[in-house]
Amino acid sequence: MSPNVRVKTLKIDGKDVSAREDQTILSVARENDIFIPTLCQMDGLTSVGACRLCLVEIKGSAKLQAACVTEVQEGMEVVTDSERLHSYRKMLIELLFVARNHICSVCVSNGHCELQSLAQRLGITHIHFPFRYPKLAVDLSHDRFGMDNNRCIRCGRCVRVCDEIEGAHTWDLMGRGDASQIVCDLNQPWGSSETCTSCGKCVHVCPTGALFEKGKSSSEMSKRQEFLPYLTLMRGDHNE
Amino acid sequence: MTTDELQQISTIEQETQGQYQHHVCVCVAAGCLSSQADVVQESLAKEIERQGMGDKCHIKGVGCMGLCSRGPLVSVDPEGVLYQNVKPSDSAEIIESLGKEKVSRLECSTEIPFFQHQKKIVLENSGLIDPNRIEEYIAVGGYGSLVTCLTEMTPSEVIDEIIKSGLRGRGGAGYPTGLKWSMVAKSRPGHNGKYIVCNADEGDPGAFMDRSVLESDPHRIIEGMTIAAYAVGATNGYIYVRAEYPLAIKRLRNAIRQASRLGLLGNEICGTPHRFNIELRLGAGAFVCGEETALLASIEGKRGTPRPRPPFPAESGLWEAPTLINNVETFANIATVIRNGSSWFSAIGTEKSKGTKVFALAGRVENTGLIEVPMGITLREIIFEIGGGIPGGARFKAVQTGGPSGGCIPENFLDAPVDYESLNRLGSIMGSGGMIVMDETSNMVDVAKFFMDFSRSESCGKCTPCRVGTAVMYDLLARITDGEGREQDLSMLEELCDLVKNTSLCGLGQTAPNPVLSTLRYFREEYNHQLVSSE
Amino acid sequence: MSKKTLATVWLDGCSGCHMSFLDLDERLVGILDKADLVYSPLVDIKKFPDMVDIALIEGAVSSNEDQEKVRNIRRHTRCLVSLGDCAVNSNVPGMRNYFKVEELFNRGYFENATRNPRVPDVGLPQLLKRACPVHEVVQVDFFIPGCPPSADAIHFVLNELLDDRIPDISQLTRFGA
Repeated sequence: MSPNVRVKTLKIDGKDVSAREDQTILSVARENDIFIPTLCQMDGLTSVGACRLCLVEIKGSAKLQAACVTEVQEGMEVVTDSERLHSYRKMLIELLFVARNHICSVCVSNGHCELQSLAQRLGITHIHFPFRYPKLAVDLSHDRFGMDNNRCIRCGRCVRVCDEIEGAHTWDLMGRGDASQIVCDLNQPWGSSETCTSCGKCVHVCPTGALFEKGKSSSEMSKRQEFLPYLTLMRGDHNE
Repeated sequence: MTTDELQQISTIEQETQGQYQHHVCVCVAAGCLSSQADVVQESLAKEIERQGMGDKCHIKGVGCMGLCSRGPLVSVDPEGVLYQNVKPSDSAEIIESLGKEKVSRLECSTEIPFFQHQKKIVLENSGLIDPNRIEEYIAVGGYGSLVTCLTEMTPSEVIDEIIKSGLRGRGGAGYPTGLKWSMVAKSRPGHNGKYIVCNADEGDPGAFMDRSVLESDPHRIIEGMTIAAYAVGATNGYIYVRAEYPLAIKRLRNAIRQASRLGLLGNEICGTPHRFNIELRLGAGAFVCGEETALLASIEGKRGTPRPRPPFPAESGLWEAPTLINNVETFANIATVIRNGSSWFSAIGTEKSKGTKVFALAGRVENTGLIEVPMGITLREIIFEIGGGIPGGARFKAVQTGGPSGGCIPENFLDAPVDYESLNRLGSIMGSGGMIVMDETSNMVDVAKFFMDFSRSESCGKCTPCRVGTAVMYDLLARITDGEGREQDLSMLEELCDLVKNTSLCGLGQTAPNPVLSTLRYFREEYNHQLVSSE
Repeated sequence: MSKKTLATVWLDGCSGCHMSFLDLDERLVGILDKADLVYSPLVDIKKFPDMVDIALIEGAVSSNEDQEKVRNIRRHTRCLVSLGDCAVNSNVPGMRNYFKVEELFNRGYFENATRNPRVPDVGLPQLLKRACPVHEVVQVDFFIPGCPPSADAIHFVLNELLDDRIPDISQLTRFGA
């Protein structure tokens, strides 16, 4: 951290808070125990503002801004929760459910899933949009891990951790729109990948049961994500 | 290159052309080419030889003349006659008629409103000059503005002139061009300087304005970009053009080569220290790459997906250097603004929307093709006068502007002026200039479904609302057109429109609901009509 | 105040939600103090009554028979409750939804049949194109997600509804719970 960090003061949900000038709204909110839901964001990885759950209202701006990529400004007034934001967030979660085939009851991550727990936290008791039921494959070609596209929310965390932390860039995205999906190397079976180091980081940053360890049964796949802040702290290449 | 040298090239070119008594121009833009204009040109040339007119008659291919539905078009000067639907077999007759009675059966009157009501700035040379020869562009005053800027104006004077002109971005959003330029000019250059990018990734269904400008008058873009580079202090430029425009690419490549040879591009342009190079980048067919941040990612060789702004490209664009990104049509206006002055330009159009706009007029209208009209003209004038109305006496139903990001405007708003603000108020957008006319045979739910199908498959898939929201909206629309829609589906559609519009990451998602919103607003009874009564 | 009436219905589900209902154990007595169980797979009444105050529906709507049943129940119920993930979001029965019905039959009755390969067609309801949540067919007033929802969640909801309050169950159950 440079010695000449400037401090900004702003209001989040009516509360006066201070922040380093390079901090995002999200990180300041978390420091102050203000909850903003996120899925694609993860400390230690580049923020991309893709899932749109962390959208917040900023006084004086007509557009909603993603808290994970918006830096603080002096005198900013941020609202992190309003009826409108709440209803958008619920709909976004619902859309993630209808896009793929999330069957919580039989999922390895049942009880440990960020999508599932966010749905509960936001008070979603049913999905009112029509389900899309895409027909998708499961890749079990890797010795130790499995990839189930049916449970993927395309947050891209696996892609980023593989690229930015492991440096292998085994995962990437393919295709467009709702047909886009995570692919291994040049869209080949995971087991045949020559770039994958089998480190398992992708499995543990995956918020749902899309990436999992083989041999885990329903509800058994809990993720361990402590390694990421540790790694980034040790490398000293990230300020969050 | 100095003003004198330019003048010299221009004089020589004019003299060369003056040696001929007759000029035959064949439109060889993509529209006419697709109906064999190249064969027509060849047979006309043969005919000139056969009739021994080689030293009296000059034939050349030119850019788009606008009335694409009547192509191939051939114009004959000095008679000033325009021939339509010309076939190779008409060649002999046309050449024989030179200097005599015109071939009336082929004549297309230029007195019709289609030609009379247009105001040409961007297309001023289209259909008149040979896009493959820089000399012809110079002969009509081309590159004069560049030389003026470089030798007589400071960069900030250039920017001031653009600001005063009131020119706004022609890519759709209508951001003031001069303001954008001044932002880039003020940004500190990166280690690799600053960049100029021309967005020629035109992807709206039914839109072909940019293609036509690039095919008909490529030097105009190069001149506009080079002036911009001088104004903001950039040394490198990219033209991002979609690979589906092979002819435009060919002509651009050729134009860049010619301009470099004459010292109008490269190092020490016109003998000044200013240097500027242009490279072409071909888009691989993703609509979303027309969004500026996705386009920049694509130029950098990455997957073409948008990123959140700020930072705006003006501060941090290509390889994190300040980048000026403008649309083809915006750059095409620059040389004329400089040549004729900002007050001349700002006298055209409305209070907030200055100048002209090029539209690709398509659909159920008599005269389809490319038109350029002053801002503030009414939709009715465009459709019923320039466009010649609906063929077959059918009834007008709606006009769609702005492609998949725009909306459908019904008959009772036809007298609305065409400018950025009033189209927005009607739930549509100016967009890049696609204009599709629909008659009573069009089912508006189908129309909304068509555009939603486009948006859902062209969404990059990065953000949730656009990726899934457009897909679910499409599912709901398909359910309605399949006769299985229920009343609650309409409220779901409205919810999703609101969500996708307000939470999407980029312009594609934020505008994708417009076709649905506008048809729900103006043609709700058509939706209701197709619903099944629910339990 | 007259006693309220309660119904439970079993559509395309595993009956786990009904088992969870039975797990109310002695608390059932308290519920039945407030309401009569007038229709249920657990009691021997064949016809859905004219009007019921609360109906709990377990299972997804998978066949034309389910569809008719649920429409009929909606007409004769004041407060319709989707009980469990199958009713709420079609859950496991919905796992067939990315296949066509013919593909399913082919797999089940031909490819995997050791003898007498044929689609059973006598006296059986027809499968719908998709197994769908109850609220896609009729309006649902309240949802209890969970696979199955715990007896505590069911007990809480019934108690609240029977006392004319709107329950907030978000902390008691969730999808897949």
